[in-house]
Amino acid sequence: MPSKPAGTLYRGREGMWSWVAHRITGVGIFFFLLVHVLDTALVRVSPEAYNEVIGTYKNPIVGLLEVGLVAAILFHAFNGIRLILVDFWAKGPRYQRQLMIGVGAIWVVLFVPFVIRHLTHVFGG
Amino acid sequence: MSDIAAPRSSSRSRSLKGGGRNRSGQTNFELYSWLFMRLSGLALVVLVLGHLFVNLMLGDGITGLDFAFVAGKWANPLWQVWDLLMLWLAMLHGTNGMRTIINDYAEKDQTRFWLKSLLITASIVIVVLGTLVIFTFDPCLDPSSTLSVCNK
Repeated sequence: MPSKPAGTLYRGREGMWSWVAHRITGVGIFFFLLVHVLDTALVRVSPEAYNEVIGTYKNPIVGLLEVGLVAAILFHAFNGIRLILVDFWAKGPRYQRQLMIGVGAIWVVLFVPFVIRHLTHVFGG
Repeated sequence: MSDIAAPRSSSRSRSLKGGGRNRSGQTNFELYSWLFMRLSGLALVVLVLGHLFVNLMLGDGITGLDFAFVAGKWANPLWQVWDLLMLWLAMLHGTNGMRTIINDYAEKDQTRFWLKSLLITASIVIVVLGTLVIFTFDPCLDPSSTLSVCNK
């Protein structure tokens, strides 16, 4: 097995895994976006067609997928802001670790209330 | 440790040297693409999180979504502009991200060409369709609409 290159801050460390996660969440969000524009386009067909398809978004399994979608969006959004800070803020690269902890903290603070509220709606509270 | 450059910053500093074209004769397209991802990303944080908050957190959340909900929202020009901006920025941001991924992983020229053709075709169809939907939406398609515009 090739040995790990010495002195890299990037490969195999949190920087690389956040990069991988940014790509995976980005691709997932992109494909959802394509589907979401198509389902919204049904408002031009008829109210019944739109209501029927949007009804599938309310079933429990899809409701749980939406939790995953929002988890992905929140990560992609705040990890993206971290990337901007690393690129444009002179001290960004030095504080990249703290920035990553910040991304995790904001993610938890926004995700937890969302999950509680959304699952209450989905499972009929 | 602190002198390790941020990923991708090298292409930026390289491109910045030229005017319209740099010394190797390439355009600054990748520089603008890199900048666009950051600017549109910032706008999308506000647009998308606002969209999610209004549609999934306020009122009845997901259970309140139906034709009447959409009609109520698009009766307000603010939400028409919001959704139009979100559609265009998200599609451009997402399409450009997918382009980067294709460039990274598809090695054969032909594969890259076909994947990008498919990507661009799909993106154009979705952006045109979404834009038409926002501009041609008719709330009175719903006979039980309670919106004042439909009570004539």
